[in-house]
Amino acid sequence: MIDKFIASAAAALADVPDGATVMIGGFGNAGMPAELIDALIAQGAKNLTVVNNNAGNADAGLAALIGAKRVKRIICSFPRQTDSWHFDKAYRAGELELELVPQGTLAERIRAAGAGIGAFYTPTAFGTRLAEGKETRRFGDRDYVLETPIHADYALIKADRADRWGNLTYRMTARNFGPIMAAAAKCTVAQVRETVALGELDPEEVVTPGIFVKRVVRIAPLRKVA
Amino acid sequence: MKKLDRNQIAARVARDIPDGAYVNLGIGLPTLVADHLPKDREIVLHSENGVLGIGPRPAKGMEDEDLINAGKEPVTMLKGGAFFHHADSFGMIRGRHLDYCVLGAFQVSVAGDLANWHTGTPDAIPAVGGAMDLAVGAKNVLVMMEHLTKEGKSKIVERCTYPLTGARCVNRVYTDLAVIDVKPDGLHVVDIVEGLSFEELQRLSGVPLRRLATAA
Repeated sequence: MIDKFIASAAAALADVPDGATVMIGGFGNAGMPAELIDALIAQGAKNLTVVNNNAGNADAGLAALIGAKRVKRIICSFPRQTDSWHFDKAYRAGELELELVPQGTLAERIRAAGAGIGAFYTPTAFGTRLAEGKETRRFGDRDYVLETPIHADYALIKADRADRWGNLTYRMTARNFGPIMAAAAKCTVAQVRETVALGELDPEEVVTPGIFVKRVVRIAPLRKVA
Repeated sequence: MKKLDRNQIAARVARDIPDGAYVNLGIGLPTLVADHLPKDREIVLHSENGVLGIGPRPAKGMEDEDLINAGKEPVTMLKGGAFFHHADSFGMIRGRHLDYCVLGAFQVSVAGDLANWHTGTPDAIPAVGGAMDLAVGAKNVLVMMEHLTKEGKSKIVERCTYPLTGARCVNRVYTDLAVIDVKPDGLHVVDIVEGLSFEELQRLSGVPLRRLATAA
């Protein structure tokens, strides 16, 4: 029998080792797996490489993970924000290595990892400093930059509903990186608002099939939707 | 001379976006364009985080933290809208499916190079987001910016001194002084604000401009 439901976020993340590469879903607060990040902070793994679109906002979630000095390297597209003070401080102090990637290239590198692609050529960033040192090639009348996939040991994502096979649905723009990160990691942990019996999700509405998901934790929404 | 204010520039951009267009509006100044799109046109707004068919801002108290745009501002959905994941969203951009994107800029060069992500100062924390993908991906890249810096220098330049976002990607520039097309043979002035002569615009811009036959 397949049962991917795990009783708590702590249990779902107990085996994350030091030095792991961890993808964290979310764009702003939409799709941010806040409770899983809290559990990762409590768990104590350090020297992490984190993949996220941003580098944390204010004092919660990824910002708190950085503030707790657990992150040695971050791969993201948009670290600098008005409330990214934990990242800014660690970066300026030289405690945190940054790999800056254009947002679409970040998404495609994650997708490529999950899809078994060895590398791909993209026109994005050609002729800019983010392509410096990278192999380039001309196809037809356009120039392209060679990019490689980003694999992860863990992906922490937030979805809306799940069944015990790990099939997931999402809610509106909270979907963002969830489906591609789920496929790119060896162990994907999804926090969901609701768990349902097998058969209750219409196969037509499943966005992430359970084959990409290892563990599911139900987190009842505490914060009221504004 | 009557310089256009931010809303007037946005309205001028909006006027050029045709019925049926799929459009991405960059964070900041370009977002204003949404408020000026003619009501009799169906224009589908895209946002990088994975949505097509964005509607107006929600009423106060009706915000939903799961429904935001790339600027992380709450939005609403129009009938016919759709959600998709990030790789699909950037596939739409890179795959040349978007008809227009509107971006802000620090500088645009005569060749259509765009600089809008990095001021180049050594201690600045870089952040790029989706700007480089939009610059190479949209069928028409429209730039919306003030014509001059605070120090009075032209932001339309011979060569960008700031790090590039994309090379030879800009199609049209909308400023508070003029609308200028970037073409293989140079910059063509499409519109000039009331009370500004072509010669004066040429002097302020500091790069060679051509007069469109139809421009005043």
